[in-house]
Amino acid sequence: MASDARVLARLAGPLAGFLSRGIGRWIALALLFAAMAAAPFVLGEYATVILTNALLYVVLALGLNVVVGYAGLLDLGYAAFFAVGAYTVGILTLRAGMNFWLTLPAAVAVAAVAGVVVGGPTLRLRSDYLAIVTLGFGEIVRITARNLPITGMASGLSGIRQPWLFGWHIATPRDFYYVFCVLATAAAIVSARLSDSRLGRAWLYVRYDEDAAEAMGIDRVRVKLAAYVTGAIIGAIGGAFFAVNLGAISPPSFSFSQSVSILMAVILGGMGKIPGVILGAMIVVLGPELLRSLGEFRLLVFAIGLLLIMLFRPSGLWPGRSHAK
Amino acid sequence: MSLTSILLHQALNGLVLGSFYALVALGYTMIFGVIKLLNFAHGDLYMAGGFVALLVLSAISGIVGAGWPGIFLAMLLAMIAVGCLGVVIERIAYHPMLGAPRLSILITALAVSLVLENTVLALTNGQYAAFQTSLGFGGVAIGGLFITYSEMVLVGMAALLMVTLELFVTRTQYGRAMRAVAVDTDMCALLGINVPTVIGVTFFIGSALAAAAGTMAGAYYGSLWYFMGFLIGLKAFTAAVIGGIGSIPGAMLGGLVLGMLESFGTQIPGIGSQWKDVFSFVVLILVLVFKPTGLLGRSEQERM
Repeated sequence: MASDARVLARLAGPLAGFLSRGIGRWIALALLFAAMAAAPFVLGEYATVILTNALLYVVLALGLNVVVGYAGLLDLGYAAFFAVGAYTVGILTLRAGMNFWLTLPAAVAVAAVAGVVVGGPTLRLRSDYLAIVTLGFGEIVRITARNLPITGMASGLSGIRQPWLFGWHIATPRDFYYVFCVLATAAAIVSARLSDSRLGRAWLYVRYDEDAAEAMGIDRVRVKLAAYVTGAIIGAIGGAFFAVNLGAISPPSFSFSQSVSILMAVILGGMGKIPGVILGAMIVVLGPELLRSLGEFRLLVFAIGLLLIMLFRPSGLWPGRSHAK
Repeated sequence: MSLTSILLHQALNGLVLGSFYALVALGYTMIFGVIKLLNFAHGDLYMAGGFVALLVLSAISGIVGAGWPGIFLAMLLAMIAVGCLGVVIERIAYHPMLGAPRLSILITALAVSLVLENTVLALTNGQYAAFQTSLGFGGVAIGGLFITYSEMVLVGMAALLMVTLELFVTRTQYGRAMRAVAVDTDMCALLGINVPTVIGVTFFIGSALAAAAGTMAGAYYGSLWYFMGFLIGLKAFTAAVIGGIGSIPGAMLGGLVLGMLESFGTQIPGIGSQWKDVFSFVVLILVLVFKPTGLLGRSEQERM
């Protein structure tokens, strides 16, 4: 298994190198966008729905990647922010009759506040406490959603209406596919810009050596909080569009296993690397479709895969420089 | 029921629940002590212990019956088996990662937890497994309080295990080595202490205690489930933090405190049992915010 991965990496290395430089990069991007635009016409409706789900995972995984890959913080309750976005949109459109596009900023604001409330006190402590506290927070959000009348208790909210955009009624699976294409692209651009920014370099520094970073004048708590809140906001946006896409949301969509799936997407492909994270999201969504014949063993295969990745290739499947150490 | 009997009843519930939490929290805190790792798989070892005990019990119940002798034997074998499993996990998954960044080893621990859960999920098809015993519901009434014999034996066994552990840690050579490794691993290695062996012993004991708790919980509640370790792992961590992570008496105290808090907390009007888990996570967050060193822990500089 390990040697297979190494051989693959050796083969894929030069190709990835070519595709990430100069003209090769533009050709690759153009091909990718052409394929994305054409996919729903070629593949049919079922595949379009699956791909839309994969793109949602790309958005969520890129958001979590800011926390885990860039800042090196383990968040085990990321589905909570996804839930916050989805429920904010659901409640405001259904109970207050607001327009979807007006609820979007509200979802972002609620997620940012939740991020500060959870991250603020915890990020001052040992960094591994964050993992458990976020796990607890994920459960709190899910259990709260299940027990409050305003969130529709166990059956959740349904009948969330599909939005209009300048006269375009976003309704069919194909419409939503294109919306999620735009979202995923935006998330990738935001991630790339963040990683090259001053803040991105501060994250890198804090991840490698927290004490040295602090000695150089980086406020580590603020920098980590920035990563945590950025992740929260991206997750909430993903959740908001998830809610209008399905039209119905319920607590099981935001369970611990959802958080773990998103985390797997980040790790499998390669933490901190945008193409790696996108690859990981694709594997996490498309893998189970392909492995459907395995039944109950499907998740076991994924879990063992995750363990092997951590032991033998901690920088993930995407070839290139190791960012993990 | 009068108020006193309700209070006494909740205190008893809290004691039983707290004993389970304390046994699992002990392993958490010991493992954290020697390798500074939050072992996410610890709750799953509790689950594995329950299932191993169930297997043993169903194999031997024809000979010794499903009463206390059978459960006792099943618990002992489950402790040995899961103790070995803990050592194997440490060797395969954690040992190679000790020099790796904190994030990598945490994710590895999560992966181990997922492997354990999904193995049992695949084997049991995600169904609840009945843990059949012939303990009955006999007991004694003291004042307004009815205590079943099983509750007495469970709490007694948990107390016995904890006293044994305390004696082991404070009175034996390995216990001393364990405490030394928790303080300074590198110095211990220089002084000729076989650090990998000490870590192995710690994993064995911690995992065995979790298995004991899993067996007792199976016998007490009457059923097992592949996901049962998830919540108790979280609760045990909370207990360990309340007591002060890394402190063995702290884990015992923290377990009991959390058991009592949950038991009485759900009696407060407006907080029904559906909020029980939310209640303990809120306690966890409050403790981390206001007293991160816990009740008995010492303050520690963050080491990255």
